[in-house]
Amino acid sequence: MEHRPLKPDADTRKHLVVVGNGMAGCRAVEELLARDPDRYRVTIFGAEPRVNYNRIMLSPVLAGEKCFDDIVINDADWYASNGIALIAGDPVAHIDRAAKTVTTRGGTVETYDRLLIATGSDPFIIPVPGKDLPGVIAFRDMDDVDTMLAAADAGGDAVVIGGGLLGLEAAHGLSLRGMKVTVVHLMPTLMERQLDEAAGWLLKNALEARGQTILTGADTAEIVGDGKVEGVKLKNGTLIPASLVVMAVGIRPSTALARDAGLAVGRGIQVDDHMVTSDPAVLAVGECVEHDGQVYGLVAPLWDMCRSLADGLVEKPTGYRGSVTSTKLKVSGIDVFSAGDFSGGDGCEDIVLRDASRGVYKRVIVKDDRIVGAVLYGDTADGNWYFDLLKRQEDVSDLRDLLIFGQAFAAGGGAADPKAAVAALSDDAEICGCNGVTKGQVVSCIAKGAHSLDAVRGTCKASASCGSCTGLVENLLALTLGDGVQSGPKTMCKCTSFGHDDVRREIVAQAMRSIPEVMQKLHWTTPDGCSSCRPALNYYLLCALPGDYVDDQQSRFVNERLHANIQKDGTYSVVPRMWGGLTNPRELRAIADVVERFNAPMVKVTGGQRLDIFGIKKEDLPAVWADLNAAGMVSGHAYGKALRTVKTCVGSEWCRFGTQDSTGLGVKLERMSWGSWMPHKFKIAVSGCPRNCAEATIKDFGVVCVDSGYELHVGGNGGIHVRVTDLLCKVATEQEAMDYCAAFIQLYREEARYLERTAPWIERVGLDYVKAHIVDDDAGREALRARFLYSQSFSQDDPWAQRAEGAEAEHHAPMARFTPQEAFA
Amino acid sequence: MTTTADWLDIGWVDQIPVRGSRTIQVEGGDDIALFRTAEGKVFALLDRCPHKHGRLSQGIVHGGAVACPLHNWRISLSTGEALGEDKGCTPTVPVKIDGGRVLICRASTLKAAA
Repeated sequence: MEHRPLKPDADTRKHLVVVGNGMAGCRAVEELLARDPDRYRVTIFGAEPRVNYNRIMLSPVLAGEKCFDDIVINDADWYASNGIALIAGDPVAHIDRAAKTVTTRGGTVETYDRLLIATGSDPFIIPVPGKDLPGVIAFRDMDDVDTMLAAADAGGDAVVIGGGLLGLEAAHGLSLRGMKVTVVHLMPTLMERQLDEAAGWLLKNALEARGQTILTGADTAEIVGDGKVEGVKLKNGTLIPASLVVMAVGIRPSTALARDAGLAVGRGIQVDDHMVTSDPAVLAVGECVEHDGQVYGLVAPLWDMCRSLADGLVEKPTGYRGSVTSTKLKVSGIDVFSAGDFSGGDGCEDIVLRDASRGVYKRVIVKDDRIVGAVLYGDTADGNWYFDLLKRQEDVSDLRDLLIFGQAFAAGGGAADPKAAVAALSDDAEICGCNGVTKGQVVSCIAKGAHSLDAVRGTCKASASCGSCTGLVENLLALTLGDGVQSGPKTMCKCTSFGHDDVRREIVAQAMRSIPEVMQKLHWTTPDGCSSCRPALNYYLLCALPGDYVDDQQSRFVNERLHANIQKDGTYSVVPRMWGGLTNPRELRAIADVVERFNAPMVKVTGGQRLDIFGIKKEDLPAVWADLNAAGMVSGHAYGKALRTVKTCVGSEWCRFGTQDSTGLGVKLERMSWGSWMPHKFKIAVSGCPRNCAEATIKDFGVVCVDSGYELHVGGNGGIHVRVTDLLCKVATEQEAMDYCAAFIQLYREEARYLERTAPWIERVGLDYVKAHIVDDDAGREALRARFLYSQSFSQDDPWAQRAEGAEAEHHAPMARFTPQEAFA
Repeated sequence: MTTTADWLDIGWVDQIPVRGSRTIQVEGGDDIALFRTAEGKVFALLDRCPHKHGRLSQGIVHGGAVACPLHNWRISLSTGEALGEDKGCTPTVPVKIDGGRVLICRASTLKAAA
C-alpha cells in the first residue's frame, strides 16, 4: 500500500488523529482547542462525505423543520481556520498500533502520536429474512434521511420497526411527509426505556390521533418483497404493506476497528476515567466506548466525556465519573421528558399528577429524600429543574408537598416567574441539551460580551439547534444584563417570527424560489401574508434570483404595479426618465403633447430634475406611455423602490468652476443603474465641484468632483431626518467611480432590509463595514459589481413599453362599465 | 346566466387576478371594486376607502382583507369594515358566482351610482 503523507510539512507538534467526524470526535477537538489550540496538529477522518453536523437534529430535518445547513455544527471554515485536516468520505479501515498508523479504505496512511477513536455506534439490524432488500434502511445519518425523503416523495406506506425515541421521530417525520406509517414495536409500551407505562400509553394515543398506526407487542417475522421491499410480516401472520422499512430497534457501539487492533473491548471500547483505552496512545470517546460497565446512546454523556478527555490531553486530568441521562422526544406538539431511573423498587416513592383533560402526566420518583427519576408527559417545563435536582442529589424533603406542581409552586411563588426559575438553577444545570451547554457557560458567554440571543447562539451555541431552550437563554440574558439586553431584530411582520435578516438568509440558504415556498418553509402564520411581508419577500426573491424569479405583481404596491404614482384623487402622475437631467426639443414636445391630449391639469419640475405630469387616469396610462416611448423616453421609475434619478450640475463643459464632466458621469451612472429594484428608493447626484450644486451630499450615492478625481459619498437623504453623506473614499478615474457605485448599490441591495434606505442601513451596520466591503476588498468589490451588472442585464427593460404594447391590460381597463340606463334596463 | 332584474352579469371569474382586483365603472357614481382572494372567493365593495377615499382596488389583497394603497388601512372584504384600530366602513355590494360568471346586485349598484 502506497504511503501518501497528507501534511508533509515541517510541523513539529504532536499529531492527534481522530477517527470519526461526528459529534463526539469534533466536540473532543473543540474542547482541546479551547484549552490549548497549539498543542496538537489535528487530522480528522470521517466516513461521511460531509462536515460535522448535529446528528440528533436529523429528526427535524426529516420532519421538514430544518435543512442540512441548519444542523451543521462546524462548517469548512472551522476546519480551515483551526488548521485541521479533514479527510471526509474515506473511512479508516485499519489501525496499526505498533507502527502508530491508520490506513483508510482508499489506501491513505497517516501516522499518529495520539489516536482518538470516536466511531460512534451502528444501527442494529434485526436478523430477519429480507433485511437486505432495497428499501430497508436505518435512521442514522444524512444519507438515510435522503433515502426517506425520496421514498416519501413517491408516497405510499412505510413501516418503522422500533417504537423507541429514534423510531418515533422517524415515524413522525415520514407521516408529516405524507406517508401512511405503521410503527411495529416489540414491547408492550412505546419508549419503554425512557417512559413508564402510563406515559407510553398517552404517547401511543397521541400518535394514533395523528394518523399513525401503532402496533405494540408486535414481533417481526420477515420482510417480504421481490427485488425490493413490499411489506413486513409479523409472527402472528399479519402482513403490513410497505415501500419503505426503517429499522430503528437500537444501536450498538461501533467497535470493529478497535477490536481488530487488539484493544480491550467489552460491549464498547473499554476506557478509563480519562477516556484512555488499553493502549495509552489510543483514546476513545462517545457512543463507541464502555466506561465503568456503561455504554451510552444519548448525547449528554458525550459532552461530559469530551471535557474529561480534553483535560487529560492537556495534562490537567479531571476524570469522567459517568453520566445521568435525560431524554426529550423531538416530535413537535408532543412534549415528553424523562430522566434517571423510574423502574421503582425498594424504598422508591412515586409522586404522581394526572390531568386527563389537559393530557398531562407527571411522575417524580423519590428515594431517601432525593429525586432518582422523573417522567413528564404533556407539560415538560419543569424537566430541567427536576433533572438538576436529580444530578445534584439535592435533599427535597422540604419541597416534597409541592414538588410535583413544579418549580414555581415549590419555590413558594405560586405564580410562575420564569426568571426566578432560571435564577434558581445551579451553574452546572444543562440549558441546551442539543449542544451540551450549562447555565454557567451561558452566563460566562454573556459576561464576555454576548449581549443578544443571536450573540449567545453564535458563541456558545446555546439554543442554536432545536431552539426549545430559547426562553431559558432569554431569561439568562435578562438576569445577567438587566435592561442591557439587545433585543434581536424585530420580526418582519405579524405573519412570522423571523426577522428580515433571517428570512433573507434562509431564502438564499435553502434556495427558495417563490413566496408560497418561503411562507411554507418558514411557517408563516397567515395563508398569504400581508401588505408588509409580501412586497418584502417579492424583493428578496427578485434580488436573490436575477433573471429567474417571476415577479409577483399582486405583491407589489400599486405604484410599482402600475408604474406610476397614485395621487390622492386616484389619478396618477407620470415621470419620464431624463438621463442626468438632460432633455431636448423632441422630448419636451412629446411631453407638451401628452399634457394637452390627456388634459393633464399640472406639469411640475421635480427635485430630481425631471418633469412630472399630473392627473392621468389609470385607463390612459398605456396611451401616455406609448406617446412618450415614441419620443425615445422610458419610465423614470419615480414610483418605485428603485433607482430614481441622477441629478447633475453642468460641470466642466460649461461651468467656470467645474473640475470634471459631472453631467457626462451622471448620464453614465444613470444608464448603468436605471431599472434596478432596491430595498427602498435610491437617489444619485454628481456635482462638478465642491460647491456641490447637485446636492450630492444628501443622496444615497453622491459624487463630488475635484481637480484630482472624484469624492464618493454614501448614505445621505433629505426627508424628515436629513442626513448628510459619509465620505466613502476618493478615486482617480471616472471608471472607478462607476465601479464603486455599482458595488455599493449591490451591497445595499443584498444586505439592507426592505424599506430601509441607505442612511439608516449605514447607521445600523456602520461605515467601516461598508468601507471594508467596497474600499478595502478589491475582489469583493469586483464581485459585487459583477453581480449588479448581471442583475441589470435582466432589469433594463422599459416596463412602459411592455404595457404600451398591451401587456397586463387588465391592470388598466375596468372589467365592465354601466350607465344608469343600462343598470335600470 | 345573464343579466336579470336583480343581478348584473359582469364577466368571467377568471378575469379577476387571484389576490387581485378589477373595477366596474358606474357612470355618475363611484367605481365598484371586485376582489378575488387566494381561496378563490369573490367580493364586491365600493372602490373607496372610508378613510381618505383611496382606491381599494389598487391595494394588496391578503387573506380576506385589502390594504388601502394610500395609508395602508386594512378593510375586510366581506363586511367592508376597517380592521384593527381604525374605524370606518365601505359599503359592500352583494355578489354571486353562477357558472363561472360574476354577478352583482343591481339595486346596490344603482345605489352606488346615486
